[in-house]
Amino acid sequence: MWRYWLPLTALLALGALLYSGIGRDPSVLPSPLIGKPTPAFELPLLEAPERRIARDDLLGAPYLLNVFASWCATCQLEHPVLKAFADSGQVRIVGLNWKDTPDAAKRWLSRHGNPYALVLVDEVGGVGIDLGVYGTPESFLIDADGVIRWKHVGELTPAIIDRDLKPLLAALDGGPRR
Amino acid sequence: MKRGAAMWSGLLLAALMTLPPLAHAGLEPLPFEDQTQAVRYQRLLAELRCTVCQNESLAESKAELARDMRLRIFEMMREGKSDQEIRDFLVARYGDFVLYRPPFQRNTWVLWLAPGAIVLLGASALALVVRRRARGLAPDEDGVEDER
Repeated sequence: MWRYWLPLTALLALGALLYSGIGRDPSVLPSPLIGKPTPAFELPLLEAPERRIARDDLLGAPYLLNVFASWCATCQLEHPVLKAFADSGQVRIVGLNWKDTPDAAKRWLSRHGNPYALVLVDEVGGVGIDLGVYGTPESFLIDADGVIRWKHVGELTPAIIDRDLKPLLAALDGGPRR
Repeated sequence: MKRGAAMWSGLLLAALMTLPPLAHAGLEPLPFEDQTQAVRYQRLLAELRCTVCQNESLAESKAELARDMRLRIFEMMREGKSDQEIRDFLVARYGDFVLYRPPFQRNTWVLWLAPGAIVLLGASALALVVRRRARGLAPDEDGVEDER
């Protein structure tokens, strides 16, 4: 009897295994940085390059760090969503302009609107490597103590914001303006 | 005439295909101290995965991020960091995924052991079948004789 059941069970198990992989995006990697402090950085501001902002300057309230570039097409798709989310005032959004030129970034922001409380410039991409950035846009939720709580690779959509980000923000005590 | 041209271009293509791959020509030239360092660099890169173009190693990838990562690795080598320190640096940022040879740990033991287990399973199934057939041969011969 097992002669029939064994292959059938094996086949079903294999089927279940393969089925569980359907719909998973292999390009989304789990970040090892979740729950860890943000790597130290000190970067110039886009609007005032003579001023440099260090990681610890941003402590005290949670923020969403959004990695973007003017050459990134998906960032442009994400932009209105980010803008609306910024306007809702639930959390401050800090831009990390990654591997871009400041001029192109400024032009891009004046054309598409600026959802960022401040924009940091990482022209060479070194901070990007420290953050494990491999594709733009990427968003990190960083709490008041500077610990990375959540990361999303790719476009933020209203659905992702509602499903993942808002509950986390509520758990972090909602940010300063709530 | 036309056929001749086709044949020559075919031959040329075949000759080109026997050339060593030019992948390394895409890598940026770096001021290595000596041959040992260059070899070490190449070897380390071949074991690290490019996170943007996931089926390429850092030694092959032409992605810009891969270039940045290569330069960072070279910099770390010059600072005297060991291969393990460089690997740990990348794993801390991108996760185990960057390693083409993942460590043996809780979430990878299946990955490491499954091939061996499958071979073992197949071999024992084969052994079982072969032994059964061997045993079954005698009655079969009897059966053949019976039919005669």
